[in-house]
Amino acid sequence: MAGVWVIAEHRDGAFRKITFEAASAAKTVADALGADVTAVVLGGGLEAACADLGKYGVAKVLYADSADLTVYSTEGYAAAVADLAKSGAPDVIIFGASMQGKDLAGRLAAKLDTSVAVDCTALKVDGGKLVATRPIYAGKIYADVLVTGAPQIATLRPNVFDVVETGASAAVEKVSPAVGAIKVKQVEALAEEGGKIDLTEATIIVSGGRGMKEADNFKLLEALADALGGTVGASRSAVDAGWRSHHDQVGQTGKVVTPNLYIACGISGAIQHLAGMGSSKVIVAINKDADAPIHTKADFCVVADLFDVVPALTEECKKLG
Amino acid sequence: MNIVVCIKQVPDTESQIKIGADGKTIATDDIKWVMNPYDEFGVEEALRIQKAKGGTVTVVGAGPKRVTEALRTALAMGADKAVLVEDEGLYGADPMAVAKILAAAIKPLTPDLVFLGQRAIDDDAGLVGSALAEHLDMPNLSVVTKLDLGEGSVTAQRPVEGQTLVLEAPLPALITTQKGLNEPRYASLPGIMKAKKKPLEVKTLADLGVDAAGKASVAALNPPPSRAAGKTIGGETPQDLAAALAKALRDEAKVI
Ligand SMILES: Cc1cc2nc3c(=O)[nH]c(=O)nc-3n(C[C@H](O)[C@H](O)[C@H](O)COP(=O)(O)OP(=O)(O)OC[C@H]3O[C@@H](n4cnc5c(N)ncnc54)[C@H](O)[C@@H]3O)c2cc1C
Ligand SMILES: Nc1ncnc2c1ncn2[C@@H]1O[C@H](COP(=O)(O)O)[C@@H](O)[C@H]1O
Repeated sequence: MAGVWVIAEHRDGAFRKITFEAASAAKTVADALGADVTAVVLGGGLEAACADLGKYGVAKVLYADSADLTVYSTEGYAAAVADLAKSGAPDVIIFGASMQGKDLAGRLAAKLDTSVAVDCTALKVDGGKLVATRPIYAGKIYADVLVTGAPQIATLRPNVFDVVETGASAAVEKVSPAVGAIKVKQVEALAEEGGKIDLTEATIIVSGGRGMKEADNFKLLEALADALGGTVGASRSAVDAGWRSHHDQVGQTGKVVTPNLYIACGISGAIQHLAGMGSSKVIVAINKDADAPIHTKADFCVVADLFDVVPALTEECKKLG
Repeated sequence: MNIVVCIKQVPDTESQIKIGADGKTIATDDIKWVMNPYDEFGVEEALRIQKAKGGTVTVVGAGPKRVTEALRTALAMGADKAVLVEDEGLYGADPMAVAKILAAAIKPLTPDLVFLGQRAIDDDAGLVGSALAEHLDMPNLSVVTKLDLGEGSVTAQRPVEGQTLVLEAPLPALITTQKGLNEPRYASLPGIMKAKKKPLEVKTLADLGVDAAGKASVAALNPPPSRAAGKTIGGETPQDLAAALAKALRDEAKVI
């Protein structure tokens, strides 16, 4: 059963998008290795969804239909995957560098006595081995990492790898891995205010910085975000000033985001901010200072007063509607 | 209550990072070294718990001799004692090897609570916490923004995508810290004076019976991929600018 494994991530009975990204990336790696992709699905009530993973290149699903695994726990997931991997002996294990994936990676690798290339933005196969590229030092440098232990584990930065549909259906095999003791109990899952899309999953982000001048002015960004179907983020200066919650902070000490479109309004583009949004697909800077560093990172630069341009842009976007 | 806080010394975020001559490590000559900012949250939380419940706060770091400075900073904030696992070659080691080394140093301290940063701002790995928990056979609570200590247990808030999870674990437990947990104090001048006299034990890898051999290596370091030069949007009025930008985003970039 050697090959490339993907650990699926799900919530409320459905797979999360990162699962499809990981499966698609795993398919590319497996093709280069001449191997197949196997998905590991832990948790109950997912039988119907399992076969669908075939669409993204998965040949086979190992499905542990266990109530103990329906809610993610580090201990339960690490034990179950490690148990399956000991007999299945995959060469490579790939999953998302989501909050769940980041938490799982260290514990799983410790159990298997291997290591992990974390939060990768590119994967390639070289001499029969996976070589993963990942940003370090807040994106000032990119490292090519070779995991020398077995299996090679890599976690993928969300929203970087394309979801590719190949159209087949996967064979589902039921398994019962050892789960062991789970000491951490999930007491509750509190929904975030207003049911807004989390920054790490948003495809469009409109962010504001110190140039917004006061909390109330973020209404302008909310209006633009609404017109675009996006979410509002902030620089640390805006968070420290108390204008936005720290959940909204983008950057080195905040969230790392990779939307298709990031619109930075009144943000200078400090290295710590760039660390959080530098791998966005398209970056727009709206800043009245032509010399602000953000303009050197942006794909589209608007050198103007944001209080004039943002409302006008909202109107334009509504017209496109 | 025995509390251990792991401390990594990292380049200050303002430091310019240059690739070294070997193309696999960074040039460390012009770097200002500081305590990993997330580890400050761990020190602060440990001191607050100590104030409420009593006990000892021990800070543990692994790396070259210069790591002493980061440990002294934690002692100046108020920690009681420090352990340095000193090894000149440890900077840049595989985090999985670091987790094994820290486990060997921490086990004899029999902690009730262990704090680490959710990630180090140099390798941006976030691996050491949950790996160390496995080696110490403790439950781990990752990326925590709120912590409440009960009788023999902890309750933590952990924000994940679109939700905040409320998790509970029995002690001993391992926690990784996130911004929002607290506001770390600064070291006071009397604190800095006192820190000079606090115990700092130095151990070698041989003392602990471990080595730095990891399961991952860096094949190459490269500058970030360059982005194509940006395009300045032109227009006389804000309305012109907005219209030109919207058109570019729709027709050229195809993102709206
Ligand atoms: C350890 C550490 C961690 C950090 N982590 C983070 C992090 O996670 N995220 C983060 O963002 N920062 C972080 N920072 C802070 C970072 O260094 C910067 O201080 C911060 O990003 C600056 O925020 P800003 O761009 O909003 O403000 P400023 O740098 O003050 O920029 C404001 C910009 O607004 C423009 N402007 C003003 N008025 C207008 C107007 N009317 N129209 C158009 N433009 C206008 C100005 O030209 C200026 O460029 C960190 C710093 C440290 C030391
Ligand atoms: N060499 C080290 N010495 C002490 N603690 C460390 C070391 N490396 C990592 N840590 C701890 O592990 C956390 C996460 O580091 P990392 O997994 O490298 O991102 C840091 O915030 C520290 O608390």
